[in-house]
Amino acid sequence: MDLEIAMLLGQDGVTNGAIYALLALALVLVFAVTRVIFIPQGEFVAYGALTLAMIEAGRLPGTVWLLLAAGVLVVALDGLDALRRGGVGRLMKVVGWNIVYPLALVALMRFVPTDTWPLAAKVALTMAVVVPLGPMIYRVAYQPVAEASVLILLIVSVAVHVAMVGLALLFFGAEGSRTSAFSDASFTVGPMMVSGQSLWVIGTSLALIVALALFFGRTIYGKALRATAINRAGARLMGISPALAGRLTFMLAALIGALSGVLIAPIATIYYDTGFLIGLKGFVAAIIGGLASYPIAALGAILVGVLEAFSSFWASAYKEVIVFTLIIPVLVWRSLTSHHVEEDE
Amino acid sequence: MANILEVKDLCVSYGKVEALHNANLTVGEGQIVTVIGPNGAGKTTLLSAIMGVLPSRGEISFDGSVERVPEVERMVSRGMNLVPEKRELFGEMSVEDNLVLGAFQRYRMGLRDHAGTMEEVYALFPRLKERRSQMAGTLSGGERQMLAVGRALMARPKLLMLDEPSLGLAPLIVREIFRIIGELRKRGVSILLVEQNARAALQVADEAYVLETGEVAMSGPARQLADDPRVIEAYLGLGGKHQDRLAVTGE
Repeated sequence: MDLEIAMLLGQDGVTNGAIYALLALALVLVFAVTRVIFIPQGEFVAYGALTLAMIEAGRLPGTVWLLLAAGVLVVALDGLDALRRGGVGRLMKVVGWNIVYPLALVALMRFVPTDTWPLAAKVALTMAVVVPLGPMIYRVAYQPVAEASVLILLIVSVAVHVAMVGLALLFFGAEGSRTSAFSDASFTVGPMMVSGQSLWVIGTSLALIVALALFFGRTIYGKALRATAINRAGARLMGISPALAGRLTFMLAALIGALSGVLIAPIATIYYDTGFLIGLKGFVAAIIGGLASYPIAALGAILVGVLEAFSSFWASAYKEVIVFTLIIPVLVWRSLTSHHVEEDE
Repeated sequence: MANILEVKDLCVSYGKVEALHNANLTVGEGQIVTVIGPNGAGKTTLLSAIMGVLPSRGEISFDGSVERVPEVERMVSRGMNLVPEKRELFGEMSVEDNLVLGAFQRYRMGLRDHAGTMEEVYALFPRLKERRSQMAGTLSGGERQMLAVGRALMARPKLLMLDEPSLGLAPLIVREIFRIIGELRKRGVSILLVEQNARAALQVADEAYVLETGEVAMSGPARQLADDPRVIEAYLGLGGKHQDRLAVTGE
């Protein structure tokens, strides 16, 4: 291996690592606030990437039908309650967000030639379709068992994951897709060729991390999510309901997932089930951070990305094995250094 | 005088064990009402049930309308706030962030006046202002209690419920806490106070209830109860003179 190849692999690793970092942050966030180990995180990556690919191909993505179906379920669950508590106005709001909004998206994509839109608009449309799925999935799958043990929430996560992968096969087919790059530019920095797409990925990830830090540090909603993570009972007494915190968290997780998918779609071929592996690598990074530390999780993600890049060069058949084996020394080290804490909920 | 809170025949059970049986209680607007009683009498259970933290049977009417099934978030939005016995602060967040979150429900309802409320809370607890950027988890016991009360005040409650505010605090801090309870009454906040420190509670309160094994055993004006021989024997004691010096009337 010469320096050039090492640089190239390093760049690959950091680019993928940036994506894993985003997913790791989302996993830590979801776990801290709701105690859910969010296995379907990766599915949002695939949904984001493949929805964008469908829009580019000028076809109506199936995810929008899922959005409508999930919305109908949410109205079925919440409609009566909203009517009883807040009258017709509240009910109309629930119906508006969960049924009218998806229908509007269907109409938009059916009657407006969105495939001729500029890329940024297509990305925005993709986000508009995929992100609301997050809070809807929380409402339908997790909220009814929100007080259950971590294990039960994990089992629900497995079920949601399997369902989402199955639906992805139905919506997008077994073919993989790749979308057009955000930028075809490439720069030469010393001996290294840097692709424009890599810069996009790293830049967007950094920007999103900064935005999240500002959200959690400066806004009252961000603080409310942190408060829920720190002390659920105390947060409830402030009027921060676990349901609100859960929906908001899942919206952020879906946003991070879908955006990662959109970013990675031009550099990797995404299949309906690719999300799981990508999500798992984010999970390895989150475990390095003990599912609690955001900065360590982000650094762990870069480590996972770089390790993956170099092992694909030296032993490409074993690259996944090598990456996932990383978790064993990490777990040994963590169990030796940290004291076991009984789950008190 | 209108009643801010009316509780009728409230029952709470933990499985088959009934922790609270047909409790009746009213809090008049602007009043301080105290509930005293021994450990395990159901005082905390009473507050939790009113707040909607625990499921209950019976009727709770707050600020003029009946709550069939009280729900915490809704009670907070209607102006009821509980300072729980365990304080439940956000330990890894700053004092100021804790206070801001106290106004979360108001902020959600579009009432974004928390900066002004925070100045009022700081005026009441200058100590909190000194420590505003410190993590809540690093505060002393008394400061934590001040923060818990201050955080609840950020919601501008109509009814403030305090669960054992003096528990585990040094005598001087207890006096400070009771001084503030008296101060809050002057500002028109109705208060439901659960206390083991019966002497101090009876001195600051207008009305009082004695809760024993899940039932209201006695009730009446606080001064009258303080002179009742049964209360003196069970809760005030004869040798408790040192407590007299700690208690303050709020005047």
